[in-house]
Amino acid sequence: MGISPVLWQFLVKWLNASALFPREASTIAPWMDELYFFLLAMTVVGIILVGAIVFTFSIRYRKAVHPVATQIEGSTLLEATWTIIPLAIFLVTFVWGALLYFRIYNPPVNSMNIYIVGKQWMWKAEHPGGQHEINALHVPTGRPIQLTMISQDVFHSFSIPDFRIKREVIPGRYSTMWFEATTPGTYHLFCTQYCGTNHSAMIGEITVLTPADYKKWTEESTSGMSLAQNGERLFASMNCNACHSGNAAARGPSLAGVYGSKLTLTNGSQVLVNEAYLRDAILNPSQHITAGYAPIMPTYQGQLSEDGLIDLVEYLKTLNTNFRVQQTLTNSQSDQAAPPASGVVKP
Amino acid sequence: MSASSTTILSLPDQSTATVPKKNYITAEHGLLSWLLTGDHKRIAMLYLISITFFFFIGGAFAGLIRLELLTPQPDLVASDTYNKFFTMHGVIMVFLFLVPSVPATIGNFLIPIMVGARDLAFPKINLLSWYLYVVGGTLVLATMVLGGVDTGWTFTTPLSTHYLNTHVITTALAVFVAGFSSIFTGLNFIVTIHRMRCPGMTWFRLPLFVWAHYAASILMVLGTPVLAIAIVLVALERLIGIGVFDPTKGGDPLLFQHLFWFYSHPAVYIMILPGMGVISEVISTFSRKRVFGYTAVAFSSVAIALFGFFVWAHHMFIMGVSNYSALVFSLLTMLVAVPSAIKIFNWSFTLQKGSITFETPMLYAFGFMGLFTIGGLTGVFLGSLGMDIHLTETYFIVAHFHFVMVGGMLMAFLSGVHFWWPKMTGRMYPEAISKLAAVVTFIGFNLTFLPQFILGYLGMPRRYHSYPPEFQVLNVLSTAGATVLGVGYMLPILYLAWSLKYGAVAGNNPWQATGLEWQIQSPPLTENFTEIPIMDHEAYDYEWLEHKTAHEVTTVG
Amino acid sequence: MDSAIATTQEHEAGEHEHVFVPQHRHHFETEEQQREAGSFGMWLFLLTEIMFFGGMFFAYLLYRNWYYDAFVAASNQLNVKLGAANTAILITSGFFMALGVWAAEVRKKKLLVIYLILTTIFGFAFLGIKYFEYKEKYELHHIPGASFDVSQFENPAAYGLKEQPLAPDMAQKTQIFFFLYFAMTGMHALHMIIGLGLLFWLLARAQRGEFTAGYVAPIENFGLYWHFVDIVWIFLFPLLYLINRHPLK
Repeated sequence: MGISPVLWQFLVKWLNASALFPREASTIAPWMDELYFFLLAMTVVGIILVGAIVFTFSIRYRKAVHPVATQIEGSTLLEATWTIIPLAIFLVTFVWGALLYFRIYNPPVNSMNIYIVGKQWMWKAEHPGGQHEINALHVPTGRPIQLTMISQDVFHSFSIPDFRIKREVIPGRYSTMWFEATTPGTYHLFCTQYCGTNHSAMIGEITVLTPADYKKWTEESTSGMSLAQNGERLFASMNCNACHSGNAAARGPSLAGVYGSKLTLTNGSQVLVNEAYLRDAILNPSQHITAGYAPIMPTYQGQLSEDGLIDLVEYLKTLNTNFRVQQTLTNSQSDQAAPPASGVVKP
Repeated sequence: MSASSTTILSLPDQSTATVPKKNYITAEHGLLSWLLTGDHKRIAMLYLISITFFFFIGGAFAGLIRLELLTPQPDLVASDTYNKFFTMHGVIMVFLFLVPSVPATIGNFLIPIMVGARDLAFPKINLLSWYLYVVGGTLVLATMVLGGVDTGWTFTTPLSTHYLNTHVITTALAVFVAGFSSIFTGLNFIVTIHRMRCPGMTWFRLPLFVWAHYAASILMVLGTPVLAIAIVLVALERLIGIGVFDPTKGGDPLLFQHLFWFYSHPAVYIMILPGMGVISEVISTFSRKRVFGYTAVAFSSVAIALFGFFVWAHHMFIMGVSNYSALVFSLLTMLVAVPSAIKIFNWSFTLQKGSITFETPMLYAFGFMGLFTIGGLTGVFLGSLGMDIHLTETYFIVAHFHFVMVGGMLMAFLSGVHFWWPKMTGRMYPEAISKLAAVVTFIGFNLTFLPQFILGYLGMPRRYHSYPPEFQVLNVLSTAGATVLGVGYMLPILYLAWSLKYGAVAGNNPWQATGLEWQIQSPPLTENFTEIPIMDHEAYDYEWLEHKTAHEVTTVG
Repeated sequence: MDSAIATTQEHEAGEHEHVFVPQHRHHFETEEQQREAGSFGMWLFLLTEIMFFGGMFFAYLLYRNWYYDAFVAASNQLNVKLGAANTAILITSGFFMALGVWAAEVRKKKLLVIYLILTTIFGFAFLGIKYFEYKEKYELHHIPGASFDVSQFENPAAYGLKEQPLAPDMAQKTQIFFFLYFAMTGMHALHMIIGLGLLFWLLARAQRGEFTAGYVAPIENFGLYWHFVDIVWIFLFPLLYLINRHPLK
């Protein structure tokens, strides 16, 4: 930081105590506040400057003491000055802000991924271990958490002011952001994109726990199946196995290890397989045909909810070997009598 | 009453002066002569009445919003009703008040006179503009009566297309029609300024008010049609369900955002540029000086218009645009902020070595300068990508745009109305109470909107019906300010109406201003000039004015 | 009070002669100023129309890029013969309009009326063909909305077509193409209908001789509008009808 840490701490704690300033509860918050104070300073200096000029001139040149005005055309020097200096300050702001933006929206590689599904008017959080939360999110301190978010209906926006992060939650595609919480406690979660009647009720609580407490919480709130396990049952019940069986002669490509790989499609382009790609391939297969395969995959648009898609994506992320695929086949045959997996939209 | 050392107001001898018997108001009689007029001045008055009407309706909605927000609970009205309040407030204030406020009233009245013409290029189209405005306004009233609309003034899809059952299409139609009103006004101004300047009136002899309106008209003409098509697509999507914005059918809701903001960002410049034109005129007159850096201010207006077309996605930084396009738009946003800064400094330096008096228009102008500076600089906060992540969609945005639009534009509008009131009506407004109203407005405004910056940083989202209790104190402050602000806005209605009958007779040039409009009678004749002038001096030529007034005798009546 | 402003004498002999036709509007100083202002105004208005259509062109650009295969299949399904005929008809109509402007300028009233009538007839021919095209779409269930049917794209062979079949998800996207087709040609047709209405009005006035006595501005300006409508179609035709079309297969 550019200013003394003592002054900084004083500033932030004082402001916090006065209820005029939010808490800093994530690693990115101090960065955000630093830019904010710079901009505040710029504004204060700007308004004082303009105010001083206007006040001084108004008093010094008021009609009573300066009855005759002197006609002045202008001054190129002054024009240049007040063009270049503001431009320079704004460009500094641009660079600083851009760096911060990239910092916030590019998650570190080792982030733990949590899925967020927004719908009118509630938030669903899905931890990979299968914990499901409504209007709440439990996270540990000291670990980068990536949120992969999607909406089931309209635009929402997932906002945690005390972490200084926010991102739109969009219908039809994933959006991501990340944070690392620093202080245990509870913090506001708001939906900040107007989404209809109960927009202001679409709020929740972020609970930050110490790593030990978080571990305890995950153990206590497991609902049985992890996302990947649910995805595995979906994979079988939707008959993805029929073409993606992992055999050499199968009609569809083997999905073992596909996540994170670089695929070549039939139109020659290369894509990196991430969550967004997998979701899109399930819903719009004809635009995502792997090279060497026929475009025969049907679309599952309307047959899977966003939760189901998340489960499938999580399952695909765990598929490292063909053996695992075979396992799924065997498991599904023994699951014939079991109730259908959750996440399927009943027609 | 002649000018003293604290005022430049110079009125004719009130014991003998009367308002000229032959003027544009008395030229014809009867309601139809007003409703079928081609006279730009009469049309301006028609607009003034209609936008004032809608301003108070929009203001009433604002009052209801602030009333509800006194308490953290959603206890005054149901959520759906509250959502309708802020939607109607936004739609009315943006489309029915701010966009036409200065151009359609003061601009319509003055631009032909300022360029030395008898009327705008297309008087019938000017009248058509007003009727389109009235139809748009009536449709909005119809929406209100039928039960309201709750999409937010931004009509975000897919909410507005698939998830609401309110009167979206009626409102869309209203905005569509009002949009064409705006397009035709802009078209009229551009052609008038290009083709109808009197002999000797070169571009750089035009008052800066005209330059500002020229720039705003370019925006009106090029930007508004894109809003029109965006609205048409929303209506079609609602009616037929074709999927153009529906992701399950392959459409892209972000497409609507691009089309909508492609207009709505230039729209904010449409709203502010004419106000800046007013400030140029007022500051010049009450400092008795040519505006400092005339050329810079003129080019800044055009620069704002040009750059303003290339920054629209700064409303969408967190909505899923690629990081790289966000970079480009942020950079351009920083660039568009510079001409506004240039103008503020030029106006400030106009005061240097001037001879300054503090009549009401000047007070409003000072208020503009302070509040627009704050509003504009907070815009830089929002244009900075990282900062925008925390601030967007919160009350910081609400505070920002109210600072520029209300603290800026509305103050400029009031400044202009007061400044040209004597010209438009032949009567002076009462100075003491108008100064009081200006100060009350300024105080009320700051009390209303400064707390909202703090609320925004704390994270309070916008368009929220209920909020966490720790935000209450700031909200109460804001509502208290709104009450004061309301008083400040009511006062002008009362005393301006009073002045129509009891105000002092103004004479041609009570402010001793340069400018062609001040060289003709107040109120002007229907044909403006008895003979078309030849312009042989620069704009804001106070030496010419001094020379002229030294040798003239004015008779009024 | 106006003594210090130098004034002109109205009707002063200037560089140009003042032809004060009956339609001279008194806020204009000269007839030339009026004509120039009118022409400028019309060009500006056409600029706004370009921005208006531009929104739809932008949507077209986006979706054609995303769903190229669907766009090809849907476009190939349009009747290119009728589309081409319409293009020729509209160009001819524009030609007659241009002749009409000339006739007005050389003050030949009968010719002007004939050319205006021809312009109108060809305009109606265009709309007539459009009606048949729309009717065909209706019968094939290609009008977007609840009754939209993609079976022709999923299984062209069953309809006797030689097209490649589309995967079901891509076939769904043809609805977006047809929406753009109807929106763009429909908006265009609306502008033509307005133009035809104006043509009737101009015909009546032309018959009375209003445009063959020196005052040609309305004919000229309407000509601009009509040519604009023509140009929009010249863009629409290849963009909508000719996507990846192969003449003989």
